[in-house]
Amino acid sequence: MLQHLLNGFTVGSIYALVALGYTLVYGVLKFINFAHGDVLMIGTYIALIVFNFLRTFIEPSIAFIIAILAGMASSALLAVLIERVAYRPLRHAPRLAPLLSAIGLSVILSNTAALIFGTKSQRFEMPFNNTPIHWGNLVVTPYQGLILLTSLTMMVLLHFFIKMTRTGKAMRAVSEKPMVAQLMGIDTDRIIRFTFILGSALGAVAGILVSLDYKVYPTLGSLIGLKAFIAAVIGGIGNISGAMLGGILLGVLETYGVAVLGIPVGYKDSVAFVLLIIILLWRPSGILGSNKREKI
Amino acid sequence: MISLVLLIGIYFGIYALLALGQNLITGMTGLLSLCQAAFMAIGAYTTAIILTSHHPLPLAELIVIVVFMGSLFGAMIGLPTLRLKGDYLAIASLGFGEIVKNVLLNADKFTGGPMGITHIPSVQLGRILISPYDKSVYLIFVWGFVGVILWGLFRLQRSRFGRALEAIREDEVAASSLGLNTTLYKVVAFMIGAAISALAGMLWAIYNGSVIPQSFDFMLSIMVLCMVVLGGLGNYFAALVGTMVIVIISELPRLLGFSVLIPAQLDQILFGLILVILMIYRPEGLLGRPVSKRNS
Repeated sequence: MLQHLLNGFTVGSIYALVALGYTLVYGVLKFINFAHGDVLMIGTYIALIVFNFLRTFIEPSIAFIIAILAGMASSALLAVLIERVAYRPLRHAPRLAPLLSAIGLSVILSNTAALIFGTKSQRFEMPFNNTPIHWGNLVVTPYQGLILLTSLTMMVLLHFFIKMTRTGKAMRAVSEKPMVAQLMGIDTDRIIRFTFILGSALGAVAGILVSLDYKVYPTLGSLIGLKAFIAAVIGGIGNISGAMLGGILLGVLETYGVAVLGIPVGYKDSVAFVLLIIILLWRPSGILGSNKREKI
Repeated sequence: MISLVLLIGIYFGIYALLALGQNLITGMTGLLSLCQAAFMAIGAYTTAIILTSHHPLPLAELIVIVVFMGSLFGAMIGLPTLRLKGDYLAIASLGFGEIVKNVLLNADKFTGGPMGITHIPSVQLGRILISPYDKSVYLIFVWGFVGVILWGLFRLQRSRFGRALEAIREDEVAASSLGLNTTLYKVVAFMIGAAISALAGMLWAIYNGSVIPQSFDFMLSIMVLCMVVLGGLGNYFAALVGTMVIVIISELPRLLGFSVLIPAQLDQILFGLILVILMIYRPEGLLGRPVSKRNS
């Protein structure tokens, strides 16, 4: 039982990391960045290439760290580019326009990746020895440990960043009322750009962590992205703690659904969607979302 | 050459039905739904299952059953999600599409799993055999449906119901304050759109003689959306023009035998580009109604 909880927690913290990207952008722009999953997929590919290139020269663990940084940087760069080209011109357009533009971008990115990197999935070698550690009845792999440690650290850091720093404060202000924030001298364009950087860098980390186990392929981002988005909505989109809660809840329920309730593995991916519909009916603004403005 | 033109004509007709359904949902009512492919799959699988088990079935009965199934599923997805705001609907409908595909892949008993259903017999209309081997008859058959549905949709647009949908699209709050039951109208519009797509699925299944789950993936829904947006949201003739352009772009190289030279991804990158570029430079599409000033 505890084992399933641990496994669910691991999957869930990945969802949570990706969900943060959706929720941060939704917080400031009130728009669903459909291309988020594909941006993190590109970052993962870059990390894979950097890692495979470097590990012949240097220690794999150092190569892995450099690869993660490279993946984060390239995802962030791509997100900034996309924001500038495809979202900024549409900031004052009707709501449907940026959403359609984002869907178009998502299609472009995943197919371009398939064209460049091929549709075959590629292995991301684990840079460390992944022998499971037995702990009473509990089995923990170092890989799971890495995921839990990394994602929890990042979430805590993000939390303090938003609450404590000037930029974090500015982000909250923009999310609450962009117009007033601008009048108060906040450079909203800069804050929005920064939000995209933050979200996609976190997403790239999640993508890399996932692909250590599941390989890298062009549609990697779509399914994780979709589930993470659902996680963000379940928790209350625009709400940072909501994204974390939603991600972990979704991960745990998926694992329990297959292992305990006996849902066939083929239907595992449907759990998230059914959960989404139930939550939306019960609390349309998500578990932690409220109608009061406490976004970001 | 003649048979090539007929083939394009048949595909054009089937996609035109999907685009008309999408236009009713997205263009007229302003709901961004991303599951035309799922509704089409429901129509196609209903047809396949019924025709392979009860072969000599009058066409009229088949049509009634397909329309019923399409609108039933339309109501099933519509009732819980249409009470939500636009962006959530996009995600929920996307999720619904994934669930449908998941079920088709896994419920082997009814759907044949990944192999699908093959050997779907032709149907009889009076004394005429509607078979995929006689392309000109099939073309007339398909366009008969397009004609009838187009006529119905035009009648609908000018009725009280059609005006209500436009009112909801322009301002839902104002519409409901005038006493319209907006949820009811939206669900019914959704059901009609779903039924039209199910009919397209029926035509597809009879024409191909077999159905597989992979035909009805997310990319198909995107392609249909792209057709409607390219033509111009909220205009049925524009939807047909958009469909024609996309069908020619995507089917012509394949039919002329160039498909070896052009990777499949290029098509989809092109659809993505069309969406993004249109949203930035011409959000009303090729022939669309001008976007109302008040919304922007």
